[in-house]
Amino acid sequence: MEAFTTHTGRAVPLRRSNVDTDQIIPAVWLKQVSRTGFEKGLFAAWREDPSFVLNDPAYEGATILVSGPDFGTGSSREHAVWALQQYGFRVVIASRFGDIFRNNSTKMGLLPVVLPEDVVKRLQDAAEADPASEITVDLAERQVRAGDLVVPFEIDDYTRWRLLEGLDDIGLTLRHADAIEEYENGRQPWLPTTV
Amino acid sequence: MGRTLAEKVWEQHVVRRADGEPDLLYIDLHLIHEVTSPQAFDGLRMADRTVRRPDLTIATEDHNVPTVLGPISDPVSRTQVETLRKNAAEFGIRLHPMGDAGQGVVHIIGPQFGLTQPGMTIVCGDSHTSTHGAFGAIAFGIGTSEVEHVLATQTLPAYRPKTMAIEVKGELPVGVTAKDLILAIIAKIGTGGGQGYIVEYRGEAVRKLSMEGRMTVCNMSIEAGARAGMIAPDETTFEYLRGRPHAPTGEAWDRAVEYWKTLRTDDDAEFDKVVEIDASALTPFVTWGTNPGQGAPLGSAVPSPEQFADPVERAAAERALEYMGLAAGTPLNDIQVDTVFVGSCTNGRIEDLRAAAEILRGRKVVTRTLIVPGSMGVKKAAEEEGLHEVFKAAGAEWREAGCSMCLGMNPDTLKPGERSASTSNRNFEGRQGKGGRTHLVSPQVAAATAVTGRLTAPADL
Repeated sequence: MEAFTTHTGRAVPLRRSNVDTDQIIPAVWLKQVSRTGFEKGLFAAWREDPSFVLNDPAYEGATILVSGPDFGTGSSREHAVWALQQYGFRVVIASRFGDIFRNNSTKMGLLPVVLPEDVVKRLQDAAEADPASEITVDLAERQVRAGDLVVPFEIDDYTRWRLLEGLDDIGLTLRHADAIEEYENGRQPWLPTTV
Repeated sequence: MGRTLAEKVWEQHVVRRADGEPDLLYIDLHLIHEVTSPQAFDGLRMADRTVRRPDLTIATEDHNVPTVLGPISDPVSRTQVETLRKNAAEFGIRLHPMGDAGQGVVHIIGPQFGLTQPGMTIVCGDSHTSTHGAFGAIAFGIGTSEVEHVLATQTLPAYRPKTMAIEVKGELPVGVTAKDLILAIIAKIGTGGGQGYIVEYRGEAVRKLSMEGRMTVCNMSIEAGARAGMIAPDETTFEYLRGRPHAPTGEAWDRAVEYWKTLRTDDDAEFDKVVEIDASALTPFVTWGTNPGQGAPLGSAVPSPEQFADPVERAAAERALEYMGLAAGTPLNDIQVDTVFVGSCTNGRIEDLRAAAEILRGRKVVTRTLIVPGSMGVKKAAEEEGLHEVFKAAGAEWREAGCSMCLGMNPDTLKPGERSASTSNRNFEGRQGKGGRTHLVSPQVAAATAVTGRLTAPADL
């Protein structure tokens, strides 16, 4: 996973709630067996509408998506995270996220930032008023800065550390292989196996 | 202080706990399908890792499979299914491929085989893994990175979610189903209402549900945003499990039941949140919008966006009505559909098919009607009861097992602008095919709708 420390970039205001993962990447794109090429499927149906915000050249190259509440609800497809990252996004800001999407994001190094709805709206307003304005998302300081605005955000210590270091979760868990083996030796004897 | 059901099951699975870190949780059963696993197996190969417990892992082909006999014609879908076959063979994982008697939708076959048992931890790269919580298991959906993690370690690092009780008071009236109940719950708490929680469904109406009804309820926990949904195991659970291929037998069965009986929330336990709902006031429920929280009693009308005080909800309702091509104030009963779909991990079990057959017996459908059993096992059971003859006589299509029209990954889709009454779980924009419009309903309402061509409760036939 790519480490995330601090990122400064321009923002795209996505003024919609309940942006489910079927919108982020429609199911037809899920048939791929590789991990690449998903940027073409990002918001595929919505991008057919010329007035959709991602089609506005003013937001080309933006790296921070500022969305309405309940971003990433629905399906567990990690492809939604891959699509956002491969399109160029490093951060998604919203007041609420679907749990699975949020989890998937932190595994891949896409930072989900939870901010109060009124702050999200201010960031969207600012990005609409001046698409060239920048937002800084500072994971080390757990802070979002945009113009005069300086707001803290919460993220648990462990996830923050893992993102800052860009650490592979599986490698970390395998350090505890002894504990796993010990647990396995004590499992209830009636538990099923698939064989 | 006592503990909740979720806390008991969680604590039983903690491999390692350390300050400032998530718990390392042991996973008892890992379900795999073709869509969310290929990149995980690639990751294993790249890191020269193997599957730690193939004997706690099972795979099936469901999302991409056509529900008519014959090979997969879409080469991309075919490659994905073939990739699963190669991966299962390489890593020694039991697979139920297309055409196999054990094949079916991943959340249908786990319970069917008796692999889903009380007190277990169960994961799958699929959000509807919450289905298995109906047995008193902690079961939740994960992404592909976590699939790889479980394959490699049989564990997951996770913080224990908060606990929520949904107390369902009173009894469901005759003609009101588990699907109506969960749709009403989601409409009440919203698509984000369960975020960060494991929900335990409790109360008289829940206790009286069959195992299959309980699975329907738990299946849609994710649509309320919950990490998982659970129901405490009881005699209904034990009776369902007894004699299934992977259920314990003899002395092991007795010991298991003894333990399973302890899996209930203690009387003095406290939930982080409690929501109450009155079952006796419910009627058949359908969705009118583009998220599962946008639902209403079938006897009511399409709401007006102005009815929503919250500006975010109002904007969402406006957008939903535009996408759905609906005018506020239209009676829901007047909405004409082009297609009826009975199936999916939500409502593709034998009781669902029986319920639909009971309504279609001796009647004719006036719309395209797909009846898709959730597994080959369900299909066989239905045919032994002659249900397929009822469906065919009514003019419905009797199909092979698969996810089918629940999501647009296989040939069963809606065309742009087409409208369905569907027993599946998501009415998102384009979920059943680009431009398709979905109304979520129970199997009973789906069958009655097939007869009239517009959203209809069986009582109105």
